[in-house]
Amino acid sequence: MKPMTRFLTALFALLLPMAAMAQQQGLEIDIVGGHASALPIAVVPMPYQGSAAAPDTDVAAIIRANLDRSGQFRTLPERDIVERPTRGAEVQYPTWRMLRQDFLVVGRVLDAAGGGYRLEYELFDVAKQERMLGMAMTARASAMRDVAHQMSDAIYEAILGVRGAFWTRIAYVTQTGAGENARYALIVADSDGHNPQTVVRSNEPLLSPSWSPDGNRLAYVSFEQGNSAIYIQDISSGARELVSSFRGINASPAFSPDGNRLALTLSRSGNPEIYVMDLGSKALTRLTNHFGIDTSPAWSPDGNTVYFTSDRGGRPQVYQVPASGGGESRVTFQGSYNSDPSVSFDGQKIAVAQGAGNVYRIAVLDRSLGTPRWSTLSPGSLDESPSFAPNASMILYAAREGRRGVLYAVSSDGRVRQRLVLADGDVREPAWGPFREAR
Amino acid sequence: MKTTKRVLLAAALCLLVVGCARQVQEEAPPPEPTAPPTTTQPAPTTGVFGPEDLDTDACLRQRVVYFDFDQDSLRPEFQAQMACHAKYMRDRPSSRITLEGHADERGSRDYNLGLGERRGNAVSSALQANGGSGSQLTVVSYGEERPQCTDSNEDCWARNRRVEIIYTAR
Repeated sequence: MKPMTRFLTALFALLLPMAAMAQQQGLEIDIVGGHASALPIAVVPMPYQGSAAAPDTDVAAIIRANLDRSGQFRTLPERDIVERPTRGAEVQYPTWRMLRQDFLVVGRVLDAAGGGYRLEYELFDVAKQERMLGMAMTARASAMRDVAHQMSDAIYEAILGVRGAFWTRIAYVTQTGAGENARYALIVADSDGHNPQTVVRSNEPLLSPSWSPDGNRLAYVSFEQGNSAIYIQDISSGARELVSSFRGINASPAFSPDGNRLALTLSRSGNPEIYVMDLGSKALTRLTNHFGIDTSPAWSPDGNTVYFTSDRGGRPQVYQVPASGGGESRVTFQGSYNSDPSVSFDGQKIAVAQGAGNVYRIAVLDRSLGTPRWSTLSPGSLDESPSFAPNASMILYAAREGRRGVLYAVSSDGRVRQRLVLADGDVREPAWGPFREAR
Repeated sequence: MKTTKRVLLAAALCLLVVGCARQVQEEAPPPEPTAPPTTTQPAPTTGVFGPEDLDTDACLRQRVVYFDFDQDSLRPEFQAQMACHAKYMRDRPSSRITLEGHADERGSRDYNLGLGERRGNAVSSALQANGGSGSQLTVVSYGEERPQCTDSNEDCWARNRRVEIIYTAR
């Protein structure tokens, strides 16, 4: 075989099993740019050692998928895991050094007293031959995926010093059918796309889900009344409140970081402007006053600044304004079109949909150093609606593939991009929810 | 089967198909928005419109206004359409129109809600400039949420940049 053909065959043989595995899990992994500095880690399968029925959740596989998706790790494929220790005493470090792994995770599943399972797991630094973590968690069978996500978060934080965001949820909108037969749904799922729950169903468009900071409610836009209107709905109970149905546009709701206010777009004055509504009194404070289109408000983490999109300069760019009112100033100066700001938890980065000609891509503006730096994270050509994970390690966004809307998760350094296969039909308008546990 | 019978059967099937097609066309509702028209009929200068004219008058049957990319100004070819609908509004003071504004799929959904509304407002202004009363008009923007077509090309984008004139009361 010619060298090129041999290379391609080897590459193909390498990728095929990965693709097959990923398809079974409902995810497609698209590695962009390679893993040059990703940390090699082996997560050994965790066997069931109880006497009742084994769980049908493969916890180690979920942890591997999470760590790979973050872009920070490169996990050892299960077929290359030649030894299967389940606890520290069984670990032989030379094996893992030979396999060039920096970190090792082992564990096992036992029966918990009173039903359910008990997961014991440990994290080791291979070079130092030291245990970094030793934990036990109990869970019912139905919560095993949640436990795997929490374990992933603990491992991520122990190694990187950054809180993990695997145990989080995402919201998104789906459309099936078209025209008169279009059906819309607002869905909440785990951050890897599993366990989708329908929050709202409608025959009319739904847009702009926004999470309350405690993760219990969603604000969203619905056209069910024949015009855009904003609702706030409790996710568990389904109870909802109509909070804005003025004449004109009612759009782009955004909960403040303290959960007491809602930024929104209203065109009741004649053109779209940014307002802040006090959720207790429903009193409105107007933040912008310009004949251009001002929309898509996003809060700074301290709740003092609202970023928004405005075309007052000709085409959409991102501006900022004090949340209590004051002068607006422009934030984005690169690119002819910048919209849909999403702000990182530390306030240092703003992700936008950036347009150049007919190509729209996700870009991030980093203002943590003196001069603002831009990086482009997605290939386009119709990428939109970026949403930061609560630890800013990844960004969720909407893309089009052929006639279909799909969601991608991209690591914030742009190294790894993964398509989420979520539902039939069209998927759009993603919103990454908060950490599921306050600290 | 003999050749003659085959030919007759084929002919019968053809007639059936054509007959059915024609029947479907005859029962069709007022025309759906299609490719942008290049000319419209001038409005009648005498007489008063009645509700049946919405289904039979060539100008009144034009219910869509198309826009150029990033524009909310009306092209001259739609002036006649504005004139006849404004006349209908004057002749029928109880009529009510919802102007549904739309945008193509490119760019932010939120921003496209604003663009759709701008276009709806432009048609509202044009109708009022032609003598229609603002009290009969409501503007609703759907942004890019209700496209006519979903191909990602110039032709489809042009069809989606539109305002639809919807009579909610004749």
